[in-house]
Amino acid sequence: MIRRKLVSMMLVTTMLAGAVTGCGSKDDGSEDAKGSVYYLSFKPEQTDQWKAIAAKYTEQTGIEVKVQTAASGTYEQTLKSEIAKKDAPTLFQINGPVGYQSWKDYCMDLSGTNLYSWLKDKDMAVKDGDGVYGIPYVVEGYGIIYNQEIMDKYFALDGAKAASIEEINNFGKLQEVVEDMTAKKGDLGIDGVFASTSFTPGEDWRWQTHLFNLPGFYEYKDDNASDKTEIDFKYNQEYKNILDLYVNNSCTKPSMLGSKTVENSMSEFALGKVAMVQNGNWAWGDISKVSGNVVKEDKIKFLPIYTGIQGEESQGICIGTENFFSVNSEASKKDQEETIKFIEWLFNSDEGKKAVTNELGFIAPFNTFEDADNPTDPLAKEVIRYMDDSSLNTVSWNFMTSMPSQTFKDDLGASLLEYITGNKDWDKVVEDCKAEWKSEKEAIAG
Amino acid sequence: MQKAYKKYFAVFVLPTLLAFTVFFIIPFLMGIVLSFCKFTTVTNARFTGVSNYIKAFSNADFLNALGFTTRFTIVSVITINVIAFAIAYGLTRGLKGTNFFRTTFFMPNLIGGIVLGYIWQLMINAVLANFDVTITSDAKYGFWGLVILMNWQLIGYMMIIYIAAIQNIPGELIEAAKIDGATKTQTMFKVIIPMAMPSITICLFLSLTNAFKLFDQNLALTAGAPSRKTAGLAMDIYTTFYNRNGWEGVGQAKAVVFFIIVGAVSMLQLYITRKREVEE
Repeated sequence: MIRRKLVSMMLVTTMLAGAVTGCGSKDDGSEDAKGSVYYLSFKPEQTDQWKAIAAKYTEQTGIEVKVQTAASGTYEQTLKSEIAKKDAPTLFQINGPVGYQSWKDYCMDLSGTNLYSWLKDKDMAVKDGDGVYGIPYVVEGYGIIYNQEIMDKYFALDGAKAASIEEINNFGKLQEVVEDMTAKKGDLGIDGVFASTSFTPGEDWRWQTHLFNLPGFYEYKDDNASDKTEIDFKYNQEYKNILDLYVNNSCTKPSMLGSKTVENSMSEFALGKVAMVQNGNWAWGDISKVSGNVVKEDKIKFLPIYTGIQGEESQGICIGTENFFSVNSEASKKDQEETIKFIEWLFNSDEGKKAVTNELGFIAPFNTFEDADNPTDPLAKEVIRYMDDSSLNTVSWNFMTSMPSQTFKDDLGASLLEYITGNKDWDKVVEDCKAEWKSEKEAIAG
Repeated sequence: MQKAYKKYFAVFVLPTLLAFTVFFIIPFLMGIVLSFCKFTTVTNARFTGVSNYIKAFSNADFLNALGFTTRFTIVSVITINVIAFAIAYGLTRGLKGTNFFRTTFFMPNLIGGIVLGYIWQLMINAVLANFDVTITSDAKYGFWGLVILMNWQLIGYMMIIYIAAIQNIPGELIEAAKIDGATKTQTMFKVIIPMAMPSITICLFLSLTNAFKLFDQNLALTAGAPSRKTAGLAMDIYTTFYNRNGWEGVGQAKAVVFFIIVGAVSMLQLYITRKREVEE
């Protein structure tokens, strides 16, 4: 009796299993016939734009392009679960050499593509041996964004510490001006010089990633390194200088920074409550869409982030990228071909280029783009101005893309917040940072 | 009748069993296997032995999280059950508007954890702003914030169970106790609580496992800040798995250990409280 039941149960199970796999293979067949593109996008703020581009491409070529966007700060985990699926993304992005380390099993060699041949600076691509596994598709820059109207108002005051923005070309001068502005904030009609140093968990990337790139950049430069398993963090005092300046001259009390978000900071700046905020050219969208925005398009500029490092008078803003396209090596041949065609269309056809420049607002690093194709938003123009200024040394993003993991960044952010609220000594911050860098780098290697 | 059940046993059980196997047993077994592997996605695993378990325990995070979760569980299980029982007792006294209160107290349970977490984060930050601090300034704010949130969410649910239990106690028993001259306290501890013991078992089990497995609320309220001092076990597993390159297997190993701990603790609790249940 029992045996019979078992047999019938097994029969039913195999039947069902057969049905399930049957369905699956049928799906596969229909897709293989044509090939399709699935892009897992990194930027939630550009969801609609990417969808529009995909729709346009499908309309023109009949090739299906699916665009999914991971929620803010969840790209890695979304990718991890999506790529294990049968309909995995054919196009995804890695954030540089470290991202490549964790995704190398899925990155296809792109050295033979047109896209790579169009890349102006071939060194920017993520390479391993002879292969090219990640191609940057955008160049971004960040620094201290300032509202020129407020600065001009200050320079016109009696006893101003500087007469024009050009005089601010090192940390000492910046500090002098900022502290004087704080003292006169009533006259200037601002709540503070800097917007809130946002430290809500997940909102601290401007400090633990972007600002931290500066001391790291100089350390790598001194040692002529592009990656290190242990860091000395020897410019930690310079890092502290600028962080203290941000925090002490902010419109928000240090103890309250743990509840501020990037959006808060950007709206403080947009409403003219503060004169400066550290962020990148992508921020123009955030600033211009704040209702009641008082920042005029021709009065928003970048200032390099000065920290007190020797010779920083010739330092420019930080320009580089964390966004590299990779094509899924596990996808079917047809899908890979269609995917490459799609990105090549995007960065070469007139329509594609128009979408890249106007809708995505990218400064594209490809030679298919001419000056006329550059984006028109004021901060992107500033980035281009700094890029073209040969008297200034650009700070690259090399250090940033070599940071070991999200955990490292999150913990550094948490550590900084504790320092700001007075619960941790600076020395301990430095020590923890170094120890964690080492252990996280070991985790990748092992 | 029995025979009919037996005959159709397979028909009734198979669909659920199949779903349970596909969505629970197989992933669970895969999870155990993966805890001994190094992998990026579930399809490219490579066997590495017990090194994941060694890493999980040689890293202070896991033990800190275990400590936080344990403290949190003890405090919240006690507060939730005491308060829920008290409210249930009050609402079975035949007060006016009992139904209104029952509905109101139950409602928080219908809101999802993430939403609750963010709402409470806003409220707690608004209150703390008067003292110039935020919920992430000190681990104690996050801890007590989480306890309050958990209480607010679970008390209503437990209350419903306790109300059912208290209403089911035969009136004669309480009347008899009164006639025998038992004081209110004596009636409570010698009659009502022993009679409600099966519900207490259930409520303790639910609040215990919920507190141990707490994740959504933890993520939304503090996300472990400051410096992972308010990260519970589930939260720690999640961050290990997703935010550290090359540590996916360690996260998986932690999850297996987590399963064993939750299993052991709830079994122990069931065993102890079951023994105290009285037969009617």
